[in-house]
Amino acid sequence: MEKFTVLRGKAVPMMRANINTDDIIAAQAMMGKVERIGDRLFTGARYDSDGNERPEFILNQDRYRGSRILVAGANFGCGSSREAAVWALTGYGIRCVIAPSYGEIFHDNSYQNGLLPIILDEATVARIAAAIEGADEPVVTVDLERGEIRLPENGLVRFSIPEERRAALLAGMDELDILLTRGEALNSFQIRDRSERPWIWGA
Amino acid sequence: MPLTLFEKIWNRHVVSEFSDGRALIHIDRHVLQETTSWQAFDALRERGLPVRNPELTHSVIDHSVATHPGRTADSFPPTRDMILAMRRHCQEFGLRLYDIDSDRQGIVHVISPELGIAQPGCTLVCADSHTATSGGLGAWAWGIGTTQVLHVLATQMLLLRKPETMRVTFNGTPGRGVFAKDLILHLIGQHGVATGTGHVVEYAGPAIRALPVEGRLTVCNMSIEFGARAGLIAADDTTFQYLAGREFAPKGAAWDAALPEWRRLPSDDGALYHRELVVDCDAITPLVTWGNSPQDVIAIDGRIPAPDSFAEPDRRAMAERALRYMDLTPGTPIEGTPIDYAFIGSCTNARLSDLQEAASIARGRKVAPGVRALIVPGSTTVKREAEASGLDTIFRDAGFEWRESACSMCVAANGDMVPPGKRSISTTNRNFEGRQGPGSRTHLASPAMVAAAAVTGKITDVRRLLDAGEA
Ligand code: SF4
Repeated sequence: MEKFTVLRGKAVPMMRANINTDDIIAAQAMMGKVERIGDRLFTGARYDSDGNERPEFILNQDRYRGSRILVAGANFGCGSSREAAVWALTGYGIRCVIAPSYGEIFHDNSYQNGLLPIILDEATVARIAAAIEGADEPVVTVDLERGEIRLPENGLVRFSIPEERRAALLAGMDELDILLTRGEALNSFQIRDRSERPWIWGA
Repeated sequence: MPLTLFEKIWNRHVVSEFSDGRALIHIDRHVLQETTSWQAFDALRERGLPVRNPELTHSVIDHSVATHPGRTADSFPPTRDMILAMRRHCQEFGLRLYDIDSDRQGIVHVISPELGIAQPGCTLVCADSHTATSGGLGAWAWGIGTTQVLHVLATQMLLLRKPETMRVTFNGTPGRGVFAKDLILHLIGQHGVATGTGHVVEYAGPAIRALPVEGRLTVCNMSIEFGARAGLIAADDTTFQYLAGREFAPKGAAWDAALPEWRRLPSDDGALYHRELVVDCDAITPLVTWGNSPQDVIAIDGRIPAPDSFAEPDRRAMAERALRYMDLTPGTPIEGTPIDYAFIGSCTNARLSDLQEAASIARGRKVAPGVRALIVPGSTTVKREAEASGLDTIFRDAGFEWRESACSMCVAANGDMVPPGKRSISTTNRNFEGRQGPGSRTHLASPAMVAAAAVTGKITDVRRLLDAGEA
């Protein structure tokens, strides 16, 4: 997994609540092995039925095109378990989402892919969005080492995430590596379990 | 200390604990579907790892396969590669696969209970958000992402932080025309799509106890639309009767060993939950959704709400957008809205009892002119059983299409789609923009309500047809 330390880039405000995983990438757009999955991010809103960009969609506007940070309404990423929703975001180049809350599976999937899902209260998220909209350049810095979001015109917002998540992101560490070191504990659990719950094991 | 059902299951599955409060949890059952596993197998191969416990793993093809009779992997070219890859991966790693032509094939959350893969007190995961369906048997079942599929394939464990617990008690007796689907839609309508977030939800109370297992599966299915990854119902004699004799359910001595443990699972008296909600079922009428979020629920005799009836600016904006997308006018009754499609299918409502309820409305009636109505059984077993009792004939005579089992129009990833601008009433779980196809408009309802709309051509209070009896 790619490390996450300090991210500086354009930030795009999409303040609608309940932006779901079907919005982020439609099921029809994620079937099979997809090259350049970032091109399919927000497929329905971003392109018309002929595949041309819709000029009114915010990421199609020069000011926000190529954003690295997304500021969103509550319950972002609710809906399906598709990790392709995270891959579409990271494929596009977005590595941080700031929202009041998330769909749970999306929230987990984000961490597994080095996408930082920051949680802040509604008022603070609204303030960040307003700062971005009002700035000459919508550029924000997200500093995971210091737990700081630096807004375009000198504003500063603090955030925190669970320490174990922070450590993993800073080191670019995969969870699988942790799991694989616990083979012995697993062996003894399974040996005991086979005798205690034989029905689980098809006996 | 008195424990909840969930805490007992959690404790039973802790392999080891970390000082930061996380734990490694053993996974008893891993179920795979073809659209979310491909990359996990690639990663497994890259790292040179075997599947840790193939005997605890089941795979099925359901999301992307066509539904017309005689279908093959080639029937819908955009997903052909994915189906072939699933076959390759299962063979390479020695996993059971319920392929397109298997008797065991069906929607992953329909076959998990049906084959007895899911059992009370077990942990069950699948890279699919409706995995909680199996909670209807008292399993802790939840949806995971593809990276976690890799974790389970490689280690049969997941690294988790303990979720909080919530109990929702359903009191009272649902009236006529009110089904399990209405109970869960009502909860989501009252409390919204995010209330369950961070919780494992236990559904309890007399109205839940009175439900047959298939209805319990429907309730647990939509836990994710309530925000919760897992929802479950304590197992009881109804559960045990349902499970006995199923293919992967314990038999003989194993059954005798399991039963006392299963009976110890229900929450102890006085166990504490982080949150409690109560639902009064007497007040629930048949329901239908009007917007693009499962919380946009109204009674069938209700009127389409005006955006400014919502206090929060957020909800108001969502309602405005939804009314435009759905092409509905505030203040008009929802009943009478003309429909183009009626879809009975999905892991929410395509089990045998769902088809029976729909058939009792369709019997002796005809699908209204201009309406396309589809029945897509939840599994191949459901299809066979329905055919054995003549339900297919009732539906065919009424003008419904009778299809092979798959996810179909629930997610529109197999070629079955509602065309842009067309209005569908559906037994599925999500009414998101574009869910049933780009530009499609979806109303969620129970199977009986969908059948009633199919035969009248418009959204209809199913109680009117119950009153009318057979046509
Ligand atoms: S039927 Fe629909 S909700 Fe259920 S697993 Fe298939 S796509 Fe998902």
